Amino acid sequence: MQMLSKKAACDSHGQDSSYFLGWQEYEKNPYHEVQNPNGIIQMGLAENQLSFELAESWLADNPDVLGLKRDGKSVFKELALFQDYHGMPTFKNELVKFMAKLRGYKVEFDPKKLVLVAGSTSANESLMFCLAEPGEAFLLPTPYYPGSNDFKITGCALEDAYEQAKKLNLNVKGVLVTNPSNPLGTTMDRDELNLLIDFAISKKIHIVSDEIYSGTVFDSTSFVSIIEAVTDRNIDDTHELWNRIHMVYSLSKDLGLPGFRVGMIYSNDETVVAAATKMSSFGLVSSQTQFLLTNMLSDKKFTSKYIEENRKRLKSRKEMLVSGLSDAGIECLNSNACLFCWVDMRHLLSSDTFEAEKELSKRILFEVGLNISPGSSCHCSEPGWFRMCFANMSQETLKVAITRIKDFVESITSSRDNCNHQLTFLDSRRRSVSKWVLPLSPYDNNEPAER
Amino acid sequence: MERGLKVKDVADIFQQGSIWARERVEGPSLAWTLWVTLATFSQICCRLVADTPIKMRHLSTKATFNSHGQDSSYFLGWEEYEKNPYDEVQNPKGIIQMGLAENQLSFDLLESWLEKNPEPAGFKRDGKSIFRELALFQDYHGLPAFKRALVEFMAEIRGNRVSFDPNHMVLTAGATSANETLMFCLAEPGEAFLLPTPYYPGFDRDLKWRTEAEIVPIHCTSSNDFQITETALEAAYHEAQQRNLRVKGVLVTNPSNPLGTTLSRSELNLLISFITTKGIHLISDEIYSGTVFSSPGFVSVMEVLKDRNCDKSEVWNRVHIVCSLSKDLGLPGFRVGAIYSNDDMVVAASTKMSSFGLVSSQTQYLLSALLSDKKFTKNYISENQKRLKKRQNMLVMGLERAGISCLKSNAGLFCWVNMRHLLRSDSFEAEMELWKKIVYDVRLNISPGSSCHCTEPGWFRVCFANMTEETLDLAIQRLKDFVVEHTANGHSKSNNSSKNSNRKLLPKWVLRLSSSDRDHKPDER
Repeated sequence: MQMLSKKAACDSHGQDSSYFLGWQEYEKNPYHEVQNPNGIIQMGLAENQLSFELAESWLADNPDVLGLKRDGKSVFKELALFQDYHGMPTFKNELVKFMAKLRGYKVEFDPKKLVLVAGSTSANESLMFCLAEPGEAFLLPTPYYPGSNDFKITGCALEDAYEQAKKLNLNVKGVLVTNPSNPLGTTMDRDELNLLIDFAISKKIHIVSDEIYSGTVFDSTSFVSIIEAVTDRNIDDTHELWNRIHMVYSLSKDLGLPGFRVGMIYSNDETVVAAATKMSSFGLVSSQTQFLLTNMLSDKKFTSKYIEENRKRLKSRKEMLVSGLSDAGIECLNSNACLFCWVDMRHLLSSDTFEAEKELSKRILFEVGLNISPGSSCHCSEPGWFRMCFANMSQETLKVAITRIKDFVESITSSRDNCNHQLTFLDSRRRSVSKWVLPLSPYDNNEPAER
Repeated sequence: MERGLKVKDVADIFQQGSIWARERVEGPSLAWTLWVTLATFSQICCRLVADTPIKMRHLSTKATFNSHGQDSSYFLGWEEYEKNPYDEVQNPKGIIQMGLAENQLSFDLLESWLEKNPEPAGFKRDGKSIFRELALFQDYHGLPAFKRALVEFMAEIRGNRVSFDPNHMVLTAGATSANETLMFCLAEPGEAFLLPTPYYPGFDRDLKWRTEAEIVPIHCTSSNDFQITETALEAAYHEAQQRNLRVKGVLVTNPSNPLGTTLSRSELNLLISFITTKGIHLISDEIYSGTVFSSPGFVSVMEVLKDRNCDKSEVWNRVHIVCSLSKDLGLPGFRVGAIYSNDDMVVAASTKMSSFGLVSSQTQYLLSALLSDKKFTKNYISENQKRLKKRQNMLVMGLERAGISCLKSNAGLFCWVNMRHLLRSDSFEAEMELWKKIVYDVRLNISPGSSCHCTEPGWFRVCFANMTEETLDLAIQRLKDFVVEHTANGHSKSNNSSKNSNRKLLPKWVLRLSSSDRDHKPDER
């Protein structure tokens, strides 16, 4: 008899995809400015490390909160015992205000419709448990339809996916979008949102909008939340569509606090809220953390300063990466949010295939010393796209990464040029590339690539 | 939209079905009967589906079905308490919460440690801020320093007779998450675990709801103080087979909730032999291990395995422990649980699953510092046990003076109380009736045995560690008064036949209160 469940024994978790392979190599040889300057620079981790000192300075000014005190009095016992799955009311009140603020107050949220869970990972899973039976399906946009329409969702794409599901005998329960998008770094425009809404109305299915990057939009006016989009359609409050709109949010990307495990589900459907609330028993947020963040978010001066400063810094970092890559002849998808760029390296592929993408990915990992995420790991339909993170390192480290990429591109380009010439020009070619590239060149001899 | 079919609807459908069948088949005949049945049945199904509000069909059965168990009596008592909670000053006639297994007895020890050690809560290490490091720490392998401190704490509670390897430990957001995750790892939907009754009502949710696993009870009775027997184990296994359920393992809570007793060595040996023979798993939920306050002391299943030299055998990989800091340290709000398994695959799978319920790094750091302080843990463990023992004794003696006995216990935050003699009849209806009186009239929220799947009516779980001594005194007094009146009014089944001989045993003041002297005076509230 099988002793463990299929879930435990099988590999559907996906731990062994290329997305994780790069991480493993990074763990073995991590870059450090002083101790390991030739190590691998981690550019596969979508973390926001740019604004910590703002939070740290707030903490230094508010020692009572850390000491689990309120008005000088210890609330330790109250917190230690607080395990109500409805969540700390004060915390939820502050969260809905914060979420509204991030959206420029164009929408309002009701704390009673908010369910706290341990991270958006937990939120997404709980929503699936609430909306879909085993074997039913959700449609997810992949980086798809490249080039001319910048990976935007189209009516055709939605219908195609729906038909595809039908052919596979899968009952479609909804569409899940990440807005702003990971890995694209773009926000959905109104056309896309309206298409989505029309589609959900016509097929009578759910929309789950994962808005965990909503606070990373460089310019707040360009972000349209799903709630805003549905509101602007003047759809009647009692229309059944409202019960099929659900949002996921977290403080991991905006506030850079993935370790604290703060996520949430927001739903207009009472049954979903009730069920998800009970399900949150399996992943509640630590009361110690709820208390800390209630206080932090209730400081409006702090949140205003943080939101504005954080946006500025992210924008500036993105521009640094984009222009650095551009100098190396590499273009990025025009983005307005998130902690990464969606980078076009199609022209660096040896052939228009995923094998070539994998090959390039390995070269970038082992030769250039950068861990970036290949598009295939994001289910991109076209080879050659990569996600590169820019907010999880210092400016100096980003400069090093950019220089490495520039050098690498130069070497590839000149190697390519060399291939088009005859072998008699070998010596003059060799003089034209950087010294450190030569030992790595696979064309002169058959030595394997240096690791 | 009104749901459900009425009798009239069914009658109409049947009539139409008859007409429909008559058009096709000569009747009355077997063929005609079959056609009518088919027509009626399919019509009823269509109507039921059509009558289902559109909204409900859009959600999963997990979201809409009531298998979560929220509406059991266990939770109803809580709801009544929420409406009318006791407060010494503001609401002295309110309901006293005795259904909550919390440990509130030793907070002062924790608070004093926090006062003396402000750094860990302040995200500091050796004077330096490590806020950034903690804010970013989301590795599902857990904070190494915390896991080391936790395994040492677990070993200390077990008298260091066993040791644990931090690499075999998986942190989860509470034992609730740990139990569910283990079920996902060990059982397919529809497979079953055997659990001795009575058991914690929350298991019906934690082990079955999203996992779709089944629980088959191992019936334990008061005849042998609810101990697990081989007969009961075999009977449960057999019952599962009758129900076509594949048994994947046994789950025990040791010390037991709601009994408050530790499993004996012979019970543990019995369990290990049973799972060896059947080739199944054993989950030992040891979340109350730090609450053992008197002999015979706590024996972990790991200790028995070690004593049997099982560490190289196959059964070693099929024993898993669940623990938590919610009961021992009284920190349910911090959501700290763990799975401990000797099976590498279970550790690997549950580590990945823990992504859905990680422990806040802020909390991991604070508690790693707390538990690394060996002077603190040594003092805490012993002082906490002393206080629990004293409280338990207070409740047991108080109940005894009211003529109520408890199962002899040596652990937990509650007593398993025998109120069978107060039942009107030996039935669960009578138990519910008694329970309602205790909630509404006596104003004590206690947990009826039926909510714990006890097979015998009349047992109740009464918590003692989630209130002050004064409140416990008051609760005992209220119960005493109730028993006196209840007995005097002839409400209990035993009273009716032996009233007169009982009266001779009652002190005079009780007789004065007896309503048999007065005519039908209503119960005092």
